[in-house]
Amino acid sequence: MWDYSDKVKDHFFNPKNAGAVVGANAIGEVGSISCGDALRLTLKVNETTEIIEDAGFQTFGCGSAIASSSVLTEIIKGMTIDDALKVTNQDIAKELDGLPPEKMHCSVMGREALQAAIANFRGVEWKDDHEEGALICKCFAVDAVMIEEMVWANKLRTVEDVTNFTKAGGGCAACHEDIEAILERVLKERGETFDPQAASLPKVEAKVEKKPMTNLQRIKKIEDVLNSLRPQLMADGGDVELVEVVGNTAYVNMTGACNGCQMAAMTIAGIQQRLMEVLGEFIKVVPASEMPKPEKLVNIEGISHA
Amino acid sequence: MPDIYLDNNATTKVDSAVVDVMIPFFTEQFGNPSSIHRFADGVAQALKHARRQVQALIGAEHDSEIIFTSCGTESDSTAILSAIKAQPNRKEIITTMVEHPAILSLCENLEKEGYTIHRLPVDKCGRLNLESYKNMLSDQVAIVSVMWANNETGTIFPVVEMAELASAAGVMFHTDAVQAVGKIPMMLQDTKIDMLSISGHKLHAPKGIGVLYLRRGTRFRPLLRGGHQERGRRAGTENTASIVGLGKACELALEYMEYENIQVKAMRDHLEQGLVEKIPHCFITGDLNNRLPNTTDIAFEYIEGEAILMMLSKAGIAASSGSACTSGSLEPSHVMRAMQIPYTAAHGTIRFSFSRYNTMSDVDDVLNIMPQIVATLRKLSPYWEGDGPVANPEQAFQPTFA
Repeated sequence: MWDYSDKVKDHFFNPKNAGAVVGANAIGEVGSISCGDALRLTLKVNETTEIIEDAGFQTFGCGSAIASSSVLTEIIKGMTIDDALKVTNQDIAKELDGLPPEKMHCSVMGREALQAAIANFRGVEWKDDHEEGALICKCFAVDAVMIEEMVWANKLRTVEDVTNFTKAGGGCAACHEDIEAILERVLKERGETFDPQAASLPKVEAKVEKKPMTNLQRIKKIEDVLNSLRPQLMADGGDVELVEVVGNTAYVNMTGACNGCQMAAMTIAGIQQRLMEVLGEFIKVVPASEMPKPEKLVNIEGISHA
Repeated sequence: MPDIYLDNNATTKVDSAVVDVMIPFFTEQFGNPSSIHRFADGVAQALKHARRQVQALIGAEHDSEIIFTSCGTESDSTAILSAIKAQPNRKEIITTMVEHPAILSLCENLEKEGYTIHRLPVDKCGRLNLESYKNMLSDQVAIVSVMWANNETGTIFPVVEMAELASAAGVMFHTDAVQAVGKIPMMLQDTKIDMLSISGHKLHAPKGIGVLYLRRGTRFRPLLRGGHQERGRRAGTENTASIVGLGKACELALEYMEYENIQVKAMRDHLEQGLVEKIPHCFITGDLNNRLPNTTDIAFEYIEGEAILMMLSKAGIAASSGSACTSGSLEPSHVMRAMQIPYTAAHGTIRFSFSRYNTMSDVDDVLNIMPQIVATLRKLSPYWEGDGPVANPEQAFQPTFA
């Protein structure tokens, strides 16, 4: 059985705000009955202050789906809807002391229900284009749909390519057979054949600088590398933000789904590896939370994406 | 808190009598059965005895038809791979949609290598259509592999009849009988079954021991080659202690066969009748008139199985579910899907599987707690309102795919 935290168990066995709110004026319904997870979130929002006065959930789903729903209602009660929209799925996961990788989608479902409910309150249509497939890489929680999309989009040919673009297969390597099967299928549809011996796509060139870099040059290079990694992270619903560079230490914020995800530490290690390859020097990547003197933050926010 | 184990189709407790006969083979007679010294004294003899105990349980004609393996999965793989290797010109395999992954994954893999796999569908009660089966049999088919009893619903397939049909068409027949052996009587010497898989831990022997029954004269190619063990049909030093344990477990299973089919069945029947009476909107899945005596699989509509299991577990009761979440996959069990059980019910299926160690008071405990668990979860469900499901549940709540 899953290794659920005590918080998950507590919210499951003693759910808060179960049931529909009477007189709700914001309703969000998300999930998929075929996958066995579906959630209806009902909110009572004050029309003038836009404060969420009451929240209730009805969930068809497993222990972590019910716990995620329960904790979500606790988090957002009393918030304005603008503040509530800033609640991320990792806030939900964090509040539950983490979720197993296979169960992170339960927290995503919670956030999506919230977005849908607020869209409903504002009278706009909420659209979700997020699709989920069978979990392939258990180390980095990468599913089949994601791998397939990346193989199509980037014309990937080898397992190594897939690992470079999605992280999938970069851990214990047990899923390489499944990744090969996806490559075989997509390459066939593209009119090619899968060749396990094929050369991988050229990696980001490892240019070893002759002269020691200035800090500005180093920051720029680090930004370049982070930008190149960003699509994979964002595909997972996550992102990384460079906060500060001191000497050879880069302080980053893992945001989006990366934050609170149990894989964040491995992702950071992966980023560090890539930085060292490209910069040709030792770089240490440290979460910004461990940075000394936080008042001196140089915040380079929103540099790359909307 | 009670401590009630109702997950015996997943695995069973090793009988203490089985443990007792095993111990000396770890500490005293630990010699290799092939060796000629006192530590190996009597080991070969003990293996022979165990082989006869297995033979007696399944009614095989000869004890040499019993090949000890490491598990049910190995027996399944050995059977199918042997059949296709021995008959390289036959490129088709017949099986069912509801087999165990030990067969289905292997077949899926063989499909990639160019084999044609015929997967027999089942009806809403989990039954096969023998007419369409007959039409599939041809000289292109290397082997038919059909489980004796389904692990989820307990539904029994007419394997004896199907083996006759295969034999008449000149096709080999294998059955994965890991759930059936020890629970229902069988007399293989009177059938046309060529190969049959047994798993020790399903009948109170330890994990890590299995059997492939191989009818004398059936063309065979070993999976593992090496030493002369098992007459060269399964190389590798014998797992002596477990083989001896399995032998004892088979002897006990034969002894308890009547108990299993009367007392154990009575407990199962009492449980499922009680649940269906006490809890609205639930139903038993599978072929009610043709099931293993120890198994019931009940769909509790509008709630999800993992949530039910967590609450049962908190109450000290162990069972299992066909929901997607318990396996980490996105689809509910392939058996439920094959029977066209709607998603709102398939995710809420709970399997209770009994053994001779259960008692009627276990049943009463489950009957006491279960209505409350179902009611608690239905209170949270978007498909439920007050005392019943919302009108037109599938239409009333249609969430966006996420």
